[in-house]
Amino acid sequence: MPHLVTIDNVDMRYGGAAGTLAVSGLTMKVGKGEFAAVVGPSGCGKSTLMKLVTGLHIPQSGVVIVADKQVTKPVSIVGMAFQNPTMLPWRTTLDNILLPLEIVERHRHRLRTNKKEYVEKAEHLLETVGLKGFGSKFPWQLSGGMQQRANLCRALIHEPELLMLDEPFGALDAFTREELWCVIRDLHAAQGVTIILVTHDLREATFLADRIFVMSARPGKVLKEHAVPFARPRDLEVMYEKAFNDMVHELHGEIASARVVA
Amino acid sequence: MSAVTENTTPVKPLAQRINWVKLAPWLYTIGLFVAWELLVIALQTPPTILPAPSRVFQAIVQYWSPIWKNSLQTLYTTTVGFAIAVVAGLAIGLFIGWSKAIYAGLYPLMIGFNAIPKVALVPILVIWFGIGAVPAILTAFLISFFPIVVNVATGLATIEPETEDVLRALGAKKLDIMLKVGIPRSMPYFFGSLKVAITLAFVGSVVSETVASNYGLGNMMSSAQSQFNVPLVFAGLLMLAVEGIAMYALMAWIEMRMTGWAHRSTMSQ
Ligand SMILES: Nc1ncnc2c1ncn2[C@@H]1O[C@H](COP(=O)(O)OP(=O)(O)O)[C@@H](O)[C@H]1O
Ligand SMILES: [Mg+2]
Repeated sequence: MPHLVTIDNVDMRYGGAAGTLAVSGLTMKVGKGEFAAVVGPSGCGKSTLMKLVTGLHIPQSGVVIVADKQVTKPVSIVGMAFQNPTMLPWRTTLDNILLPLEIVERHRHRLRTNKKEYVEKAEHLLETVGLKGFGSKFPWQLSGGMQQRANLCRALIHEPELLMLDEPFGALDAFTREELWCVIRDLHAAQGVTIILVTHDLREATFLADRIFVMSARPGKVLKEHAVPFARPRDLEVMYEKAFNDMVHELHGEIASARVVA
Repeated sequence: MSAVTENTTPVKPLAQRINWVKLAPWLYTIGLFVAWELLVIALQTPPTILPAPSRVFQAIVQYWSPIWKNSLQTLYTTTVGFAIAVVAGLAIGLFIGWSKAIYAGLYPLMIGFNAIPKVALVPILVIWFGIGAVPAILTAFLISFFPIVVNVATGLATIEPETEDVLRALGAKKLDIMLKVGIPRSMPYFFGSLKVAITLAFVGSVVSETVASNYGLGNMMSSAQSQFNVPLVFAGLLMLAVEGIAMYALMAWIEMRMTGWAHRSTMSQ
């Protein structure tokens, strides 16, 4: 499988030579079309990894390669979504979703003349995440789960090759979270997009991912890599199987011992 | 908020049909004047110390022509100074809020500038521009632009880092982020600050007119005072209050119209 993302022996330190060493000797590879999850103790550099891959931070040593190019500035083939949906309250949901198109170089000049086509695309995405007809609502008229769905649409509107999700479901209740797992699962299946999901929810990682990276405590590096064996398409029921729970249990043990070492 | 209507009682007693909340400001105002009148009667204060409101209204009627002319003059210097403050405050606010470094560097300077009593600047303005409308306009400007600057800059400087990350990862330049997020986001702060700024602008123009002008309510009140025409002084104060309330209401209305979304959403989430 060709690799879309390669992180090779990366060190990233915040705030100058004496600052916090967030990740050290970080190495991982994510294949094209793969669904990767990154788990690890809090503060171990998961969000830092996100920012390294998207080019928001450039590492002091080591290389990050995305789509065969070394990352030296922000890469616009990614979409991002965080735990905080950060919808702009003065824009309708639809206009929020169209926002990336006003930024990304290859779309921004086409947006005005091809508005209709883009609006249709946004509405199609809204339908995919179960928000059909909510485009004209303002974000503050939506529930937290609905905002997070819209946030996913915004991350996907410019057809990124890579979707980076940083604990996107952390603030939601258990049922909404499971619904959104299914939304993400289906998006991944339908669009063939590569996804890197950062999460502290081990069941979430096991249910969604093809491959799980377990990180050490800060300075973060990959301790262990697991291939998730369950066949796709996965049903929520898979979470009640013994093999699933064994895997979650094993991950839990690894992270617990990573924390003790720190 | 309006009176509850029930079908069972077609005609309700008057007291229940009145919208007391809407009426309250007027009732309290009348109450204040009545209390004032009674106080003056009870203490028998001479009009040269504290004139009764009836006496003040009488002065308004008696001196209507100069009061009207000077009120317009004060309204003019205040709004011109305020308008300059809006333009300059918006521009400087956008500049300061542009980057965290500029914000950090200039904010203490702004605080220092704001701590200077603007009254102390009036003599300097008089030396530069002579007495008249110009120092009044400039004082109104100087005193009112600070809250605008601070609010606009704060709105810009407090953009959520996640929003900025999402956009920067897409290749957004600083200007994109400012146009798409920063400026719309700072608008509620900006329009909110106008209410504070317009009231301050009146303070500035009247202070300047009092010491360095031949026109305006400030000047009218200071010359009335030197002639012991205390009812006319109070008439001037009353006109100022009316102008202040009217302009404040106008700003509040503009704020509602322009940034209604900010009142219905919790922006700082
Ligand atoms: N902008 C920053 N400046 C300084 N230190 C930072 C910054 N961002 C993160 N850190 C530090 O780097 C470490 C890793 O942070 P982060 O990647 O956010 O961890 P995680 O997402 O795994 O909880 C933490 O110790 C954090 O305090
Ligand atoms: Mg994090």
